[in-house]
Amino acid sequence: MEVGLTHILFLSTALFFIGVYGFLTRRNTITMLMAIELLLNSVNINFIAFNKYLYGGKLEGVFFTLFLIAIAAAEAAVAIAIIINFYRNYKSIDVEDADSLKW
Amino acid sequence: MSNALSIILIPGLPLLSFLLLGLFGRKYLRENAGWIGTLSLLASTVLSLVTAFNYFFVSGKVSGVYQQIIVAKHTWLEFSHGVSIDMGFMLDPISVMMIVIVTFVSLMVHIYSLGYMKGEERFATYYAFLSLFTFSMLGLVLSSNIFQIYIFWELVGVSSFLLIGFYFDKPSAVAASKKAFIVTRFADLGFLIGILVLSFGAETLDFKTLIERLTTSTPQLNSMIGASFLGASSLTWGLLLVFAGGAGKSAMFPLHIWLPDAMEGPTPVSALIHAATMVVAGVYLVARLFPVFAISAPGALQVVGYVGAFSALIAAVIACTQTDIKRVLAYSTMSQIGFMMFALGVSGYGGEHGLGYMASMFHLFTHAMFKALLFLGAGAVIHYVHSNEMEDMGGLRSKMPVTHLTFLIACLAISGIPPFAGFFSKEEILLAAFQHNKLIYAVALFTSGLTAFYMFRLYFSIFWNKEFHAEHHDDHGEGPMTMKLPLIILGLMALIAGFVPFSHFVTSDGQMLETEMHIVFSVAPVFLALTGILIAFRLYKSENPGAEKIASAFGGLYEWALHKFYIDEIYLFVTKKIIFNLIGKPSAWIDRNIVDGGVNLSADLTGDTSDLIKDWQSGKLQKYAIWFFAGAMGLVVVFMYVWR
Repeated sequence: MEVGLTHILFLSTALFFIGVYGFLTRRNTITMLMAIELLLNSVNINFIAFNKYLYGGKLEGVFFTLFLIAIAAAEAAVAIAIIINFYRNYKSIDVEDADSLKW
Repeated sequence: MSNALSIILIPGLPLLSFLLLGLFGRKYLRENAGWIGTLSLLASTVLSLVTAFNYFFVSGKVSGVYQQIIVAKHTWLEFSHGVSIDMGFMLDPISVMMIVIVTFVSLMVHIYSLGYMKGEERFATYYAFLSLFTFSMLGLVLSSNIFQIYIFWELVGVSSFLLIGFYFDKPSAVAASKKAFIVTRFADLGFLIGILVLSFGAETLDFKTLIERLTTSTPQLNSMIGASFLGASSLTWGLLLVFAGGAGKSAMFPLHIWLPDAMEGPTPVSALIHAATMVVAGVYLVARLFPVFAISAPGALQVVGYVGAFSALIAAVIACTQTDIKRVLAYSTMSQIGFMMFALGVSGYGGEHGLGYMASMFHLFTHAMFKALLFLGAGAVIHYVHSNEMEDMGGLRSKMPVTHLTFLIACLAISGIPPFAGFFSKEEILLAAFQHNKLIYAVALFTSGLTAFYMFRLYFSIFWNKEFHAEHHDDHGEGPMTMKLPLIILGLMALIAGFVPFSHFVTSDGQMLETEMHIVFSVAPVFLALTGILIAFRLYKSENPGAEKIASAFGGLYEWALHKFYIDEIYLFVTKKIIFNLIGKPSAWIDRNIVDGGVNLSADLTGDTSDLIKDWQSGKLQKYAIWFFAGAMGLVVVFMYVWR
């Protein structure tokens, strides 16, 4: 069976919703961060897939993916820094405890 | 040009001394404040005397007519071509006469206050206020522009307010100063509207142009006379409104209620502001616009005449019953200003017809001298006795010889006994009234008799009547030389001021007017005055029950006059019962319930709504994420199926 665009989009959609599910249900902020990585990667797969199947010979999708990987790395660094600081102040990395920014 | 400089310095020096004393007086110049104020005013007085001499004898006259000379002018605000507010100084016979009166009386008061206010905590402030007043009054009389006069008019009002309320720890003084300010301010509203009407009609704010346009046949005059409102032309309305402002400052009925209360201020202030200078500003204003009144709106001039005569009469009647010596003098001031007003009212313009105008200005001049003297004398008495009430006085003639003598001169002068100053001016007024309006003449004749009566009632009650009980007063003598000197100078002036050939200098049209004394005509008023003095002599020379008998014989009328014809009560009734209840309370209700209610309603709505929805901002990251995700999905659905 030839692997077509639909299969890959199916994979990325599944990955995306797994990420969403993880982001909404996990209480551990590190795990939530990992869920976000899943989301980003599903987007990456989309870019690559569209680039390969619809616009063969062009490179924009690949470049975007490279950018996204770099941004994801930066974001992970910032997020982990926030989490560490949060842990220092609250002795916890449970997202339920991070609710002091409200009315 | 040095001429212009010296004229600018006349009001400029008091202004400088006000700034100096007002800014640094309390800290650095406490001891010398009096001398600084007095010396700067002395210079001012000398300058104005020189100016007067120059104007009347050297430069003022061109081919027999005194000119209006603009010595300095600065266009301050130009609204449109020809309509501008200028700051200028205008010399004409009345303004020159006024600067002499103002600086002279003010100088006397400054000198007098050196003694009278000695040891006062706010001595420097007092002199600063006096300087401010003098500056404003001089600016007022020299104004070349009707709006300029309004500005100085308000400044004069403010300084009067400050000085009446000088003893601000006395509740009655505070109330009096507020009353004076509010009543005159209310009248000034009329003045302002009058200015707007006149300047709108004449298309200028400049006095000279305004008078020129409204007295000769110009399109402006014709359109003002043509525009009629409630049965009078807009010109008449404008002049009447201006007169309303003048009536407020000059304490004409029914706006006179503030003047007696204004006596709460220090006595020298009463002498300066509430007797000699500020209260005649209304007369001055009418005189300034006199050609317009006389030539173009005789109806308005008649109103001036009747208001003046009526005020003169009721003030004289009230003065007969008051027991506070300063209040007697206050009502007598009001009565004398009434004389000046109706003298203007019965006057015509030009030549022989202008007799009333000249008489009014003459009376203004002599009245300033003897009324300032009366007040300063009363101040010396109050200083000695520590009371304003006649009952606490009596038999003071040997204790205070200088005050006694000068007070007697002033009483004779105001009663119109020859050869004292008041006689000459009052005769001219009566003659003018006799020639033009017999009703006003009758009122005036009766009033001048009353004047003699109440003044000598005052005189005998203070200086004769009973023996003075000195035991509960430490005898500190009559007062220092600084207090006696002004009394003596003013006494001399009250003696000789009547001999000034006034009609040669100040007339309605600037031309010399020959007046002659009509001996026969003078018999009636002098006889009446002597009768008044005689009655006062019988009743008050020594303690006797005659006065009470007569008072009870008059019964109701006496009660009425004692309570000042209940005019204060009427005002209170109108303001408290009618205006407060019918306008004030509904307005307050609307303010509280509708205006405030609207604001409160919107605040409450906002508050309630935010209470309802604030829980949405829970701080729970994952809740936000669900909403965000749901929103994004919703958008996807919308874009896929609805907005294809």
